Amino acid sequence: MEDIRFTPGHLPPVAEALRAEVREFIAEHLKGYPGVKRAKSWSGADPEFSKKMGAQGWIGMTWPKQYGGHERSALERYVVLEEMLAAGAPVSRHWVADRQSGPLLLKFGTEEQRQKYIPPITRGESSFCIGMSEPNSGSDLASIRTRGEKIDGGWRINGQKIWTSKAHTADYMIALVRTQPQDTSNRHAGLSQFLIDMKNTKGLTVRPISNMAGEQMFNEVFFEDVEVADDTLVGTEGGGWGQVTTELAYERSGPERYLSSYQLLFELVRALDEDTSAMTAEGIGRLVAHMSTMRQMSISIATMLQTGVAPNLAAALVKELGVAYEQDMPNKAHDLTGRSPLVGGDGFDQVMAYITMAARSFSLRGGTREIMRGIIARGLGLR
Amino acid sequence: MSGQSEMANILAETAGRLLEDHVTREVLGAAEEGTWPAVLWNVLEENGLTQPLAPEERGGMGASFADAFVIAFAAGRRRAPVPLVETMAAGWLLGQAGIDVPSGPIALIDGVAELTFEDGCLSGTAKGVPWAAASGHLVAEVAGVIHLIPSEAATIASDANMAAEPRDTVTFDKATPLASGMLNLSAGQPVSRILGAAMRCAQMAGAMEGAIILAVAHASDREQFGRPIAKFQAIQQMLSRAAARAAQGRSAAETAFLALDRAAAGGDWADAEWDVASAKVVGGEAAEIVYDAAHQTHGAIGFTYEHELHFTTRRLWAWRGEFGAEGIWAQEIGRRVLARGAENLWPDLTARQMGEAV
Repeated sequence: MEDIRFTPGHLPPVAEALRAEVREFIAEHLKGYPGVKRAKSWSGADPEFSKKMGAQGWIGMTWPKQYGGHERSALERYVVLEEMLAAGAPVSRHWVADRQSGPLLLKFGTEEQRQKYIPPITRGESSFCIGMSEPNSGSDLASIRTRGEKIDGGWRINGQKIWTSKAHTADYMIALVRTQPQDTSNRHAGLSQFLIDMKNTKGLTVRPISNMAGEQMFNEVFFEDVEVADDTLVGTEGGGWGQVTTELAYERSGPERYLSSYQLLFELVRALDEDTSAMTAEGIGRLVAHMSTMRQMSISIATMLQTGVAPNLAAALVKELGVAYEQDMPNKAHDLTGRSPLVGGDGFDQVMAYITMAARSFSLRGGTREIMRGIIARGLGLR
Repeated sequence: MSGQSEMANILAETAGRLLEDHVTREVLGAAEEGTWPAVLWNVLEENGLTQPLAPEERGGMGASFADAFVIAFAAGRRRAPVPLVETMAAGWLLGQAGIDVPSGPIALIDGVAELTFEDGCLSGTAKGVPWAAASGHLVAEVAGVIHLIPSEAATIASDANMAAEPRDTVTFDKATPLASGMLNLSAGQPVSRILGAAMRCAQMAGAMEGAIILAVAHASDREQFGRPIAKFQAIQQMLSRAAARAAQGRSAAETAFLALDRAAAGGDWADAEWDVASAKVVGGEAAEIVYDAAHQTHGAIGFTYEHELHFTTRRLWAWRGEFGAEGIWAQEIGRRVLARGAENLWPDLTARQMGEAV
């Protein structure tokens, strides 16, 4: 059994100094931005907002300067992330690239790939999506069937991805593709990652799927004889599984895994701040106690990232706790207010209705609750 | 993992080893029958583990709360049937009040007890006082003043919590303290209650780790349907969920002890109170889930008196209610948040100092 301890981390003065700057920026650029839009949290998009963040130096903050990064600490980056999330800023346009695609390319990409793809990310001009899930490969990611076959000077890709968030607006996808026949004795072998240009590739079809909250957020992506050049291969051919595992540790490690419902907590406190009952105080107190401790755990993970550790188990633990928390927020709001929100209602109603529906995805995206518990079980020595 | 001080590493190693050696099944069973584990206590005292928090000039080690955390954690992990954490907390309070710390076990009275101090005499009744009859001295906090009272000066009626740990009823009828001193601290709740709650959080974190270690070991040994039950996803999912909550409880408790260090060094007691409250809320909630998962994994054998699991789980359940249950502490946080309003929620959360050691 691994020792499960979250070393208490703290934010250094340089990170706290940055917080004031970020708040000023948010106050200026998100003035009058409505609660129901803030409730979209990191899935809300505004290309202009992302460019402004890029101009501030707040994308790719920890990356090398030679690629447009800013060589700041993971803890400074953490402050920018949590302030944006608390404000419900529309950060989706650059979020995936900043969180995982950029770090993946820096770690496994070629020098040419870094020079080509990283600088536009840091300017907030380039958006990435993640091509992992397929119709028959959800939690069982290693079973993907999208195939890449070697052709002269490149690869021909056929198959289908699904639930690909933002594929309809992204500039690039990093797609996980099977490049060798499935080996039943080693299911993780023979997978590779490719950079797909979503705007300029023949044979690619993107079809949006409406979600239960009425949004067009995720998509089906079809590959029909899509031809990509050799230089779109990321990392080693056949080494995709190890790369994806690293990428997923980044994907699961951030404060967005417990702050997605923050706008509802904000509206709930606003709706109840005249209420002096013990029940209300206790209900709000429990929610805030969890938020307070999960923030501490999240900072502990940021500290691990700063020291270069890929926090696989720690990220799974915080994601397990965090999504249960953010997903439970509508239940608690229901219990404490006893209101059935109306679509034409006030800020609380609108945010409540939206988050109640959106929260269903929280324990699915980025690895299901069951997959997280499987990772924890391995850490415990149960498997 | 790293991140503890050298002192904490030494204390963790020493306390862990001594407690593992001396808290045997026999000692635990005998303690429940009312036998004072004198050997265990003497070993702890001789090794300086009972007074880490009192200043050196008053008979202690002058260690930090962060260092004391590892002792309290080990005490919970090994279910030490002695008032170790109560004596540690009492030692800090006495030191803070300028009172020399006596040797031997000291009982800590939760400061919410309705006691009065008039004309140099203490009166009133406190229920559920941990280890009062077994301790030579009692520490009581009345209106910001700490009193050290010899046990003979009180009437003590035995009682126990559901883990058979002594929780006695103490009555003072114009009792004269050996010494009294002002705390000179400004906190919302009595400091004895804050420290008591923090100690229970650390013990619960240790006990939760212990319960999960037992459950993982049992699941790996026990075979049904031709394989260890650890191989069943239902078991894996249940224990993983519990382990995550236990990790949260531990993280919150460690955070609270660091906040106590900052408060003790002249920082804001409101901050420390907040972190202790958070830890008691998430720790207590976690205890419920760990209690359930550990017993469900063990099946019927875990429900027997013979098996050792209940020494841990009965304590977990008892401790979550002592020095304020989750609901009580949650109300403290909730009232503060509601009084400050939604606009201040995030600024207040982030303005608080975090886990930096002092």
